[in-house]
Amino acid sequence: MIDISEKLSEVQKIVQSVDHVLPRGGGSKPSLSLPTEDFESLEMKSLNGVVEYDPEEFTITALAGTPLTELNTILSENKQYLPFDPPLSERGATLGGTVAAGVSGPGRYRYGGLRDFLLGVKYIDYSGVIQRGGGKVVKNAAGFDLAKIMIGSLGSFGVILESTLKVFPAPETYATIKLSFENLGEALDILLKASVSHLDFESIDLLSENGRWTLWFRVGSLVENVEARLKRVHEFLGKGDALQGDEEEAAWKNFREFSWVPEDWTLIKIPFSPGKITNFENKIIALDSFRQYSCAGQVLWIAVKNAIRELDKLLIDMDLSGLILFGSPDRKWIGRDVSDSFYRKVKSALDPVNRFVEV
Amino acid sequence: MTTQKFLEALTKLFPGDRLLTEPAELVPYESDALTAYRRRPLAVVIPESQSEVIDTVQLCAGHKVPFVPRGSGTSLSGGSLPVEGGIVIALNRLNRILKIDPENRLAIVEVGVPNLDVSKAAAPFGLYYAPDPSSQPICTIGGNLAFNSGGAHCLKFGMTSNHVLRIKAVLPDGEVVQLGGDSFESIGPDLVGLFVGSEGLFGVALEVTLRLTPKPEVYRTVLASYDSLEAAGNAVSQVVAAGLLPGAMEMMDELAIEAAEAAVQANYPPGAAALLIVEMDGEVKQVEVDFERLMQVINASGAGEIRIAQDDADRMRIWKGRKSAFSAVGRLSPDYIVQDGVVPRSRLGSALAEIDRLSEQYDIRVANVFHAGDGNLHPLILYDGNQSGALERAESMAGEILQLCIDFQGSITGEHGVGIEKREYLPKMFNEAEIGTMLSIRSAIDPDEISNQGKMFIN
Repeated sequence: MIDISEKLSEVQKIVQSVDHVLPRGGGSKPSLSLPTEDFESLEMKSLNGVVEYDPEEFTITALAGTPLTELNTILSENKQYLPFDPPLSERGATLGGTVAAGVSGPGRYRYGGLRDFLLGVKYIDYSGVIQRGGGKVVKNAAGFDLAKIMIGSLGSFGVILESTLKVFPAPETYATIKLSFENLGEALDILLKASVSHLDFESIDLLSENGRWTLWFRVGSLVENVEARLKRVHEFLGKGDALQGDEEEAAWKNFREFSWVPEDWTLIKIPFSPGKITNFENKIIALDSFRQYSCAGQVLWIAVKNAIRELDKLLIDMDLSGLILFGSPDRKWIGRDVSDSFYRKVKSALDPVNRFVEV
Repeated sequence: MTTQKFLEALTKLFPGDRLLTEPAELVPYESDALTAYRRRPLAVVIPESQSEVIDTVQLCAGHKVPFVPRGSGTSLSGGSLPVEGGIVIALNRLNRILKIDPENRLAIVEVGVPNLDVSKAAAPFGLYYAPDPSSQPICTIGGNLAFNSGGAHCLKFGMTSNHVLRIKAVLPDGEVVQLGGDSFESIGPDLVGLFVGSEGLFGVALEVTLRLTPKPEVYRTVLASYDSLEAAGNAVSQVVAAGLLPGAMEMMDELAIEAAEAAVQANYPPGAAALLIVEMDGEVKQVEVDFERLMQVINASGAGEIRIAQDDADRMRIWKGRKSAFSAVGRLSPDYIVQDGVVPRSRLGSALAEIDRLSEQYDIRVANVFHAGDGNLHPLILYDGNQSGALERAESMAGEILQLCIDFQGSITGEHGVGIEKREYLPKMFNEAEIGTMLSIRSAIDPDEISNQGKMFIN
């Protein structure tokens, strides 16, 4: 195990020495760590490494600057994984940045997103003091949950130093059925039917592709069982093409890494509901965009080139908010305001001197 | 405003029999499931609408009168113990299920809805509400939210917080807020996650949007008996090492088994020193192979008797004793304290051995049930409140168990919350700065400390 006390002390000194600070991890979501004149950028990549890992406990603790690729490798060696399937590991995403951004990938459908797997954090508060929130065990109801509040906080409450996550045994293998549709309604009927089924899908994603739609259903399985599972899913869906092996993994990597987003376009995460898809699709038709509805329509990933203002207006009309991950030079979110009065009260308690950014 | 004037104002909000002030009427509200403590409130109000709750909180805010929100009063940590000079807001009549939405997999309910009623309403759509504390037939969603209630399936399915999407609440200053939304995902800090488990210190939740989950297609349940807790604990480790993810793993010791037999005639294997219940759930093809692997582990684990549930009725019989354990020990002892600490699963054996040692040292019987899957212990410390000093000795022993959980880097509470029972131990789990941060948040939301005063933190 690594000696982290010196590393933590260095970060602490930096926070104590500046008026305003904004942590930055791997730079995979640059819109969320935009350097500004007022805020000192605090590079966290050197604060990396696994602090504690006991596969039998189903928990792992790692420093904030730990690349997701490193975490995934260590867990995989022990046949475990992060069920919330954090995205952008190939772009250098780190654990701390993932928590601060509050992002999960398509695999979050099966067991839940980041908020279902973050157990505890260690962070530096506004006065430079190291504090803990949550705990290191999978079940904990003691005190206020200051781990969860760091999720999606975008660096507004403190500098995350380390996080403890719950992990699960990894499926031995995966298989996917892909379906294509000309008609959105037909796709949504099957999506709805699948999302209340007992088939324990790992992921359900719906993509818009040049006026057509594709639905992707992923299952995880033991190797000995995968054909039986695949057969059952195929019978349930009534049609579709099966993918396994490298081709299957490549497809989901494409989704997880947002490789479908054209260069220089802006990627936005919009918390969504499947019931809103039809209405949104009718309204978005005028804008040039690519769209991935992940987690059976519970989150929309949308890429636009120049239509941020129009999308902002649309989101406000639909009472939605969007988090910009990359592509936008000057703002982190659009749509409905996420900094309401309750946030302001909490912010005033956790950062009375405004050492950290606003959300 | 004087007490008399406050009560007069309250009478205008709650005419008739929904404002209780007579001592005989107040008795049922003086305590919750932590029966060692009783306090008489100034009054109890029974609102029938969210607007009545809002009006009540605003009245209390205007006159700095403390209030305690209360669901069914099943808190095991004294979380709904009244405050002297304050009122209780009894929320059972805010019991409407406003919407079951299978398309978006959510339910919108008022806080007085019993936990199990949500699953009953969702059942026709093949969905259910996953958090399943043992009191689920009567405990309310609002109470679950206040204490981040758990149940037997937390390792795989999470706690209440993981299933709450949106909260509409009235803050202690009377402001009505909406936190979260109707999506499984969100943007911005997880304020819903902060509110859940805040034990009523942030005001009164009124209406909650819950995540619904597809009901598992099948359950496969096995019960195994062992001649020692250590042997049962080893079996748990072997199940985990096999790469399995059970929906539930529960253990009971000899005294808990004895209580369950006396109470509900669970017909568990006679003479067992420990029982282990393991349940796999999910898609039938996957569960088939997982259960086969599980049985290979159980068969090789040195179990005495092994029973595999053949159908739902069998499954209910296996669970019956475990689910009744807390109330069942009432047959063994006039009083008991139930602890709720958590230790890392690998330390379960050591923790139980230490509890056994403490039991001998204090000469106090302890029945143990616990969630072996997530390390959540429930030592039931038996005492007779009529004996002078018995409660104090039981509490002293309970304190040592909590310290043990802290020393093992666990938690003082897995699912019952801090309440009034464990206030002295929160500062042993978190340091002064960390407690200070929690108090700052509390102060920002409730500067007058009128919302569930005296809970969680030592005054």
